[in-house]
Amino acid sequence: MSEYTIHLLVCGGTGCKSRTSHAVAGNLKAEIKNQGLSDVAQVVITGCFGFCEKGPIVKIIPENTFYTQVKPEDAKEIVEEHVVKGRRVQRLLYKDTKTEKIVTDAREMERYKKQVRIALRNCGVINPENIDEYIARQGYEALGRVLTEMDPQQTIDIIKKSGLRGRGGGGFSTGTKWELTFRNKADQKYVVCNADEGDPGAFMDRSILEGDPHSVIEAMAIAGYSTGASEGLVYIRAEYPLAIERLKGAIKQAREYGLLGKNILGTDFSFDIDLRYGAGAFVCGEETALIHSMEGKRGEPTMKPPFPSVAGYLGKPTTVSNVETFANVPPILLKGHEWFSSIGTEKSKGTKVFALAGKINNVGLIEVPMGITLREVIFEIGGGIKGGKQFKAVQTGGPSGGCLTEKHLDIPIDYDNLIAAGSMMGSGGMIVMDEDDCMVDMAKFFLEFTVDESCGKCTPCRIGNKRLFELLEKIAIGNGIPEDIERLINLGNVIKDTSLCGLGQSSPNPVLAMIKNFPREYDAHVLDKKCPAGVCKALMVYEIIAENCVGCTACARACPVGAITGERKEVHTIDTGLCIKCGACMDRCKFNAVIVK
Amino acid sequence: MAKIKNLADLRKLKDQLQSGTKSGGKSEHAEELVQVKIAMATCSIASGARETMNYLVDELEKRNIDAVVTQTGCMGYCYAEPTVEVKLPGRESIVFGYVDHQKADEIIEKYIKNAILPEGIIPVNYQKINE
Amino acid sequence: METVKLTIDQKAVEVSVGTSILKAARRVGIEIPTLCYMHLEDLNIEHKPGGCRICVVEVQGRRNLAPSCATDVAEGMVVNTHSIRVLNARKTVLELILSDHPKDCLTCAKSGNCDLQNMAIKMGIREIHNQDIAAMSTYRTDFSPAIIRDMNKCIMCRRCETMCNEFQTVGALSAINRGFMSVVAPAFEMDLEDSVCTYCGQCVAVCPTGALTEVDHTNRLIRDLSNPAKTVIVQTAPAVRAALGEMFDMEPGTLVTGKMVAALRRMGFKYVFDTDFAADLTIMEEGSEVLDRLSRHLKGDKSVKLPILTSCCPGWVNFFESQFTDMLDIPSTARSPQQMFGSIAKTYFADKISVKREDLVVVSIMPCLAKKYECTRDEFKVNGNPDVDYSISTRELANLIKQANIEFHSLPDEEFDLPLGESTGAGVIFGATGGVIEAAIRTAYELFTKKKLDSVDFKALRGMEGIREATIDFNGLPIKIGIAHGLGRARKLLEDIRSGKSQYHAIEIMACPGGCIGGGGQPLHHGNSEIIMKRMEAIYREDKNKPIRKSHENPYIVKLYEEFLGKPLSEKSHKLLHTHYVDKRKKIIYI
Repeated sequence: MSEYTIHLLVCGGTGCKSRTSHAVAGNLKAEIKNQGLSDVAQVVITGCFGFCEKGPIVKIIPENTFYTQVKPEDAKEIVEEHVVKGRRVQRLLYKDTKTEKIVTDAREMERYKKQVRIALRNCGVINPENIDEYIARQGYEALGRVLTEMDPQQTIDIIKKSGLRGRGGGGFSTGTKWELTFRNKADQKYVVCNADEGDPGAFMDRSILEGDPHSVIEAMAIAGYSTGASEGLVYIRAEYPLAIERLKGAIKQAREYGLLGKNILGTDFSFDIDLRYGAGAFVCGEETALIHSMEGKRGEPTMKPPFPSVAGYLGKPTTVSNVETFANVPPILLKGHEWFSSIGTEKSKGTKVFALAGKINNVGLIEVPMGITLREVIFEIGGGIKGGKQFKAVQTGGPSGGCLTEKHLDIPIDYDNLIAAGSMMGSGGMIVMDEDDCMVDMAKFFLEFTVDESCGKCTPCRIGNKRLFELLEKIAIGNGIPEDIERLINLGNVIKDTSLCGLGQSSPNPVLAMIKNFPREYDAHVLDKKCPAGVCKALMVYEIIAENCVGCTACARACPVGAITGERKEVHTIDTGLCIKCGACMDRCKFNAVIVK
Repeated sequence: MAKIKNLADLRKLKDQLQSGTKSGGKSEHAEELVQVKIAMATCSIASGARETMNYLVDELEKRNIDAVVTQTGCMGYCYAEPTVEVKLPGRESIVFGYVDHQKADEIIEKYIKNAILPEGIIPVNYQKINE
Repeated sequence: METVKLTIDQKAVEVSVGTSILKAARRVGIEIPTLCYMHLEDLNIEHKPGGCRICVVEVQGRRNLAPSCATDVAEGMVVNTHSIRVLNARKTVLELILSDHPKDCLTCAKSGNCDLQNMAIKMGIREIHNQDIAAMSTYRTDFSPAIIRDMNKCIMCRRCETMCNEFQTVGALSAINRGFMSVVAPAFEMDLEDSVCTYCGQCVAVCPTGALTEVDHTNRLIRDLSNPAKTVIVQTAPAVRAALGEMFDMEPGTLVTGKMVAALRRMGFKYVFDTDFAADLTIMEEGSEVLDRLSRHLKGDKSVKLPILTSCCPGWVNFFESQFTDMLDIPSTARSPQQMFGSIAKTYFADKISVKREDLVVVSIMPCLAKKYECTRDEFKVNGNPDVDYSISTRELANLIKQANIEFHSLPDEEFDLPLGESTGAGVIFGATGGVIEAAIRTAYELFTKKKLDSVDFKALRGMEGIREATIDFNGLPIKIGIAHGLGRARKLLEDIRSGKSQYHAIEIMACPGGCIGGGGQPLHHGNSEIIMKRMEAIYREDKNKPIRKSHENPYIVKLYEEFLGKPLSEKSHKLLHTHYVDKRKKIIYI
């Protein structure tokens, strides 16, 4: 065992590295050696702290001191004062920009508290395949209390007062939804967990099911008690085999402990859960399509009303809630609705799990309170844009949402604010785009998905989305005319206005938002036949720079369509009419004579 | 496993589990053991976390180190998978990223054996709520 | 009944709870355009998938437009059915449908009679934007013996699916694929011929476009009529005379028997005969079969199968041959009137006029599409030569008369030719549900009891109710009769037989709603099932006006037996007028 009593962690993330954090580390090591403390104090480079604008960062453990903007020259003082004498260097301590307070213990830092893991409380903490670990962290206590100390209406009231809204994207008040099912009388009712998670890039529900399946099981049982249902069904997409396996295992263990099945915890409440698998249809995430899929029918949405709480699965009152919504239920019942509603904004309470993806450094899963700004999420927790590139836009809500730009970065995230900004919360996918992403190409990407996933029942979605996509393709290959943009907007709005279900009602959102926020980029494609981001291949022009060309003929030989002509030792030219923009010439040229415009 | 008969029994079980072992019912003096947790979600497995876990289990045993190795769910550092959390007795837990066999070996030899921090620490960016 | 008050286009309206905006609007004279919506009241079918989105309207306070056919009214609702927002949406949606639809109206079978074409005319669509880059969803055209499926023209209204699955419970059609390429088709997009389709044609009867049409033999008929080497004769089904007039703008329910005969004669048919004659023949054979089974049953013969089921409806025969193969020995073995006619025409009659079988062309005019298939069955051919060469529908006949430029209204009433043109009232009522069994009772009663009937009208057997039953007193012996029209209802009765619960002695089944008068080949009713009622009234009117109303009293039938057949169920009768059934269960396809 080493004699190290103190460790100095120096941030080695790209942001800090560019600001000389390695020099800081080097100086610290040298100073420590000078002081003869090499066996007592260790300096080590770590991953990104996510605090790039205040870097270079040095964190000292075990007492958790956090130094910011440390310069290589500061190393001497840190070692002399802090390491040797145990006195903190006040001027380097983190000062909270808002409160002006100096923070001595990193654990007190606001940024450290930025993430509040409620739905993810057990993910990464317990072994999901061991029910005992869940119980050790108060698992099933909420269910026990509900069954023995409350009646259904009381439970529903707590959920209502907490302000919990559907996390699948709909944002409907969960307590109210449960109450509607509770009020409808029937001989059989159902609780359904929507684990279809179809948004590309979203994996919040998967992580919850893989990391803490019991939280969902417990919550479903609570929902069963509150609504009067004795059967629960989890509709889980077949593309999540590990989640299915963990969930099955958890259900089995819960049954063994008598936490599912007949007379749970000695009461007369019985509840059990069955799994149903999706078959690769995004539209089956829509609750009525989901229900029909479970009934063995074609997975198509049907008109609402009647709502599932009145006539759902097999015609019986059914509550359909999302995985993340369920995961929030046990803590609300354990810690109280006031605790939950103290987090978040006025109309959007609690936290939201986001899956950060795209051109961001810290790709991953975060859970933040509603009201946090996009800037904080992307630049602080997310660690900023990859490669130091320029932020362009962030797509929230997946293929149903809109893009938010620089001017939206300080909007507090909540259901209503995002809709007002032209996007939506969706299930929590956040795809970050930078200067190298083309907004026509991105719109095509999302629309291609929804065209593929449309069920085909209603005209606007079945045919309209396809026509929207064709228009975008037309623009992307350089055949666009100004009327096409007007047409995109009109057609997009009619599709939104007339589609039967949420898929069609929101599929034009990406293209409409991108036209609204990046009109010049669309104009460039249509009027100038250019793609500013350099993505749309058809609009790229390959050219040979005369000054650099030595006439080696390598490019002409590499060209698969014979578009390059030129004599040996003479400047070559590319016939843009024949060019298929494969880029082979550029790869071959050793003289940097081929460029792309 | 015997059925839990009522809420009181559930609470009793919880207390037993909490006091007996913090790592979930495996051994008795958890406080004195090294606790190693490996994220085992789909992204983790896709990055090779199963191999990392097998390696750690085998090597810790070979090198006669008393440790509890368990799998856990996604810790949130998806960009740095495989991720491993190590808690030495009396110290705060540290999370390491990009843990392949080589890094795992380093973690065992440097940190677990000697409390020397290797490179590749992932600074945690959230608090864990403990009930 | 609780009511709701609302405002539509600034008009106040009060309707009962649960009424749709569409129906409420009709109350104040506002006709919101619809396309996929279909309401067949008498059949209890309200098809409102809310898929076409043509009937959308603006509802104050609602974020998006509402489909009026599938949205119920609410107290205080304010609806606008013709705002510019609605007009723009409706036109755009229609343009989308047209952008994925073939533009061959000029040669399309539905031109002039197409719901989509009418909608395009009404909405004044003049241009389809970007048609040059617009992909079209195309499919293989499926030619079956009776129905043609050209799914390039399918607009996913799903009406055919509802008729086939919910009403007929045949299950040949359902939506397959998804998104842009979704279409209604048999499973695995197999041909209708390979599926459990019965060719009942109810899908054709409700299709709003040219996606589902019948096989058209008009050109073949013209060729045969022009061929001097052929003697072309025609037989006409009872249901045709009650509906043909509609194609010439006459009131539904106008009987046009005389004009129909006159038109056929002018077109060049050598002999114009009546299927009703063969219907009387069917009664002789089937009635005798019923009595035979009945008397054996009364004598205690346990091997006798009861109830006996009628077998003149080929759609119904296809149904039990593919879905109730364990009960193939229960239906009557008698052929249908169409086939009996063909069989007698090409033997008895061909001899009489000294024409060889191969030179005689027997054409039938039928309200039915399954009859087109029935002609092709191997059991109804002799050495490869079919008893009935082909069948054309009421619609095809009307088109042919128009093509020939015959002024239908001014035609005189003419009589059928003899000997195969004489029929009784019993023959006519074959066209309506309950008619076959009523005709059978008229004869069976008198043959069994040896007594004369006071009244030949058995009103208890008539009507539009899906499943009807009556007990007829055969001189002290109560005979229980069951009647069903629509294959979904037939299924119920069959399942009762299968489970041993059935108490009937005889059951009449018709595949089409209302019986043959509602057949797949009749003039399109476009959702107005009152038309079927009027046709039914016409059928019973014709019966009432006939001098002879019992099949066994038809003198030409009597003569046929004397001269040719001997007696009912004789060996010759069996050979020419009876048949057997086949197990049509399709092989399962392994993919």
